[in-house]
Amino acid sequence: MQFITSFILLVPFWFLMSGKFDMFHVVLGIISITIVSLWFGNMLIQSPKKSFPARLGEIFNFIPYLFWLLIEIVKSNIHVIKISLSPNIESCINPQFVTFKTSLKKDFSKFILANSITLTPGTVTVRISDSEFLIHALTDEVASGLPGDMESKVAKVFNERISK
Amino acid sequence: MIPFLYGAGLFLLINMVLVFIRAVQGPTVIDRLLSINVIGTKCINLIVIAGLIFSRLDMFVDIAIGYGLLNYIAAVCTAKFYQHNKTLSPDSGASS
Amino acid sequence: MTLIAIILIILGLFFFFGTSIGILRLPDFYSRAHAAGKADTLSTILIILGCALYYLDYSHYDLASFNVAFKLFVIIAFVFIGSPTATHAIMDAASSAGVEHWSKDKDKS
Repeated sequence: MQFITSFILLVPFWFLMSGKFDMFHVVLGIISITIVSLWFGNMLIQSPKKSFPARLGEIFNFIPYLFWLLIEIVKSNIHVIKISLSPNIESCINPQFVTFKTSLKKDFSKFILANSITLTPGTVTVRISDSEFLIHALTDEVASGLPGDMESKVAKVFNERISK
Repeated sequence: MIPFLYGAGLFLLINMVLVFIRAVQGPTVIDRLLSINVIGTKCINLIVIAGLIFSRLDMFVDIAIGYGLLNYIAAVCTAKFYQHNKTLSPDSGASS
Repeated sequence: MTLIAIILIILGLFFFFGTSIGILRLPDFYSRAHAAGKADTLSTILIILGCALYYLDYSHYDLASFNVAFKLFVIIAFVFIGSPTATHAIMDAASSAGVEHWSKDKDKS
């Protein structure tokens, strides 16, 4: 099952990357796709029991989250540039470490949450140990506003329930 | 468009020199590592812009993909290597 | 289309400038990583998107240019995932190696 899914996913990727349709390239592509999906199919597809519609639903939920994340990235860039171009730099920042506990279970959603925290204004994830996030915050106001509504957004994308 | 691309490439080079100053004078090894990672990301852009200048982007884009992968793997591997190195503080003089 | 590409590239260059100045001026390692991890991602996305638009317009939207544009989008996706992860790995190494962080009053740190 994992082999077939990763094979189907990798065939259009090969043809889009190579852009050639003669005999030699097609045979080479089929051989290399077979080898890659035999070896690494279990790394690409993590939980093989999940049904196909659930997977598709996750992808459809992920797209609005991506747009929200893009807006947050633009905001955070403006924030960082405002700080780094301000004339007196040491008066407007107050770096500090913040920890908070998350109730997300799956590794992949933790990874998405950590990357999102890194990309949103004024915060960078330093370490994840089990369910505790260690976060470096640049100013006081973003340190008090953690984790915000990001955790519930990630939980909604991956159909996990969080205890508040 | 081509003069604008030359200007953009030159501006990127100036930025890389600015980051390289931090890589030279950075107090710890990990500062240098971060600067080299940023320079690598700028290099991907520089390769793509160079491909547009020579109008051979179909060739340069493969080099850019390879460079991006290599840059990421280098950053992660060196970070793993320095993870248990307890002499990274600037006072101990291990950064030279 | 060329105008949109030029605007995107100029925005990306501006964010890169902010990254460089931030890396030069911020006081300690952890706050430098803020500048490196965020502004790098967005400016790379903007510059490569501008280059892809310009290249599509330059080669009159033929099939081979769409292949190149797809490869550029692969670079964008990779930078979008990889750049925060690399910053996170470097910060984790710094934190477990015991790099001190800068704070307003030095005694507390």
